[in-house]
Amino acid sequence: MLDNMLDTIFIITATIILISALLTITAHNVVHALLYLVITMLAVSLVFFILGASFAAALQIIVYAGAVMVLFIFVTMMLHQGEKSLAQERHLFHFSTSITALLLSSLLFFELIFMLFFTSADTEKSTVTAPSSAFITVKQIGVQLYGPYSLLVVISALMLLSALITAIHISKSPATIEIKTKGHNL
Amino acid sequence: MTSWLTPLIILIVLLLLGAWSIWLERRVLALWQDRLGPNRVGPFGLLQVVADMIKIFTKEDWVPPFADKVLFIISPMIVMIMTLLGFAIIPFAPNIQIAQFDHALLFLLAISSLSVYSIMLAGFSSNSKYALLGAMRTAAQMISYEVFMGLALMGVVVLADDFSLSAIVAAQADVWFICYQPLGFVLFFIAGIAEIHRAPFDLPEAETEIVAGFHTEYSSMKFGMFFIGEYLGVILISSLITTLYFGGWQGPFLPPLLWFILKTGFFVMFFILLRAAIPRPRYDQLMVFAWYILLPLSLLNLLVTGAVKLGILG
Repeated sequence: MLDNMLDTIFIITATIILISALLTITAHNVVHALLYLVITMLAVSLVFFILGASFAAALQIIVYAGAVMVLFIFVTMMLHQGEKSLAQERHLFHFSTSITALLLSSLLFFELIFMLFFTSADTEKSTVTAPSSAFITVKQIGVQLYGPYSLLVVISALMLLSALITAIHISKSPATIEIKTKGHNL
Repeated sequence: MTSWLTPLIILIVLLLLGAWSIWLERRVLALWQDRLGPNRVGPFGLLQVVADMIKIFTKEDWVPPFADKVLFIISPMIVMIMTLLGFAIIPFAPNIQIAQFDHALLFLLAISSLSVYSIMLAGFSSNSKYALLGAMRTAAQMISYEVFMGLALMGVVVLADDFSLSAIVAAQADVWFICYQPLGFVLFFIAGIAEIHRAPFDLPEAETEIVAGFHTEYSSMKFGMFFIGEYLGVILISSLITTLYFGGWQGPFLPPLLWFILKTGFFVMFFILLRAAIPRPRYDQLMVFAWYILLPLSLLNLLVTGAVKLGILG
């Protein structure tokens, strides 16, 4: 009964992901496109939740939907010029511009279809995991992160730090930097 | 039957309280400012809210022709839905809680980070300069203050060893967390004010500079939803402070629910007092305050809490 319900929810969510991802690409209004992407993120988080990774689900919403996408929309809001940018977008979104991308992605799609339907039954069973109500705790994730994967945590921390320093350097007004270098030369 | 009755009752009570706290704020503000406030409709002006509601519902529900219609209509709904969803995890009393699950605090952070969309989209879809300026301020303010709202909460999580709110309340049976986390409490309180953009951090709607900020173009009940959403936010943050730092529903003699209401009511009044007492800072001051002072303090708080916890437990 419960598994059946989870299956239904999973199928509905997956459909939402596909539709909103498609609309992300086809929407002419940039802010609308980004909002469809937010819906995709939320739906992906629900899939994580169904699979029992509720911590990952929460982080997906907090980080992607709540912070990254907000900044995306923030920037596009500043660059948005109403009807003008809509017309520009319509002009840019033309079938001829997307032929290469369509070819490449259709290759990937056929690969996927091939893997799903023409491989043997054993691999299918092992790769496709049904949604389960198993639960992953925060402690398990913490132990994994600071045990076997601690090097990756440190590396990502260093990357973030360097990104932060770069951002501060760029955002400093050029006048102050110039004055400082002048003083240094003297 | 009770499984769906409890959420329904909580929902109705919350909506009524949200509307009624508008009256409370107007009366109490008037008291502190040496005026009378609304006192004509009903006893003590209690029915003022009803009169306002009738008025606001009969106003023309106008969507500006230059607005992005769908987003314009959706955005006031988002703020109401997100704030009301936040109440789902709060333990009002031992048996009165809508949803009890293990990552409740993370759920809350997710909800509060999603509610920023409401204001951003309202500002964007209005297609007006003042609204856009208000929306940009909101986005910057809420993202900045969210960072150490989460960091301040982690102090409580470290102490309680759990993300679930009922476990956090249970962990405060002997000593309230305010005794262990005074700095964390102050940080969370400041971040909470900024998250629900109340005075003194109400720069998104600073009427002296940008008319009414993000809801400049809104009228009728759509404006009313923003308005009630703000007061629901005040109640949400107050009840969170109660739950996380002041022992939740625990207290001697009186029934648990009454304790919860008393504590939460105290913080709601404190929010109103803040509005009456403190002027609005400048926008750049707000951001500098966040990143230069509050962020290092919240990191320090987390570091010390973790060190003490590990030191005591060995």
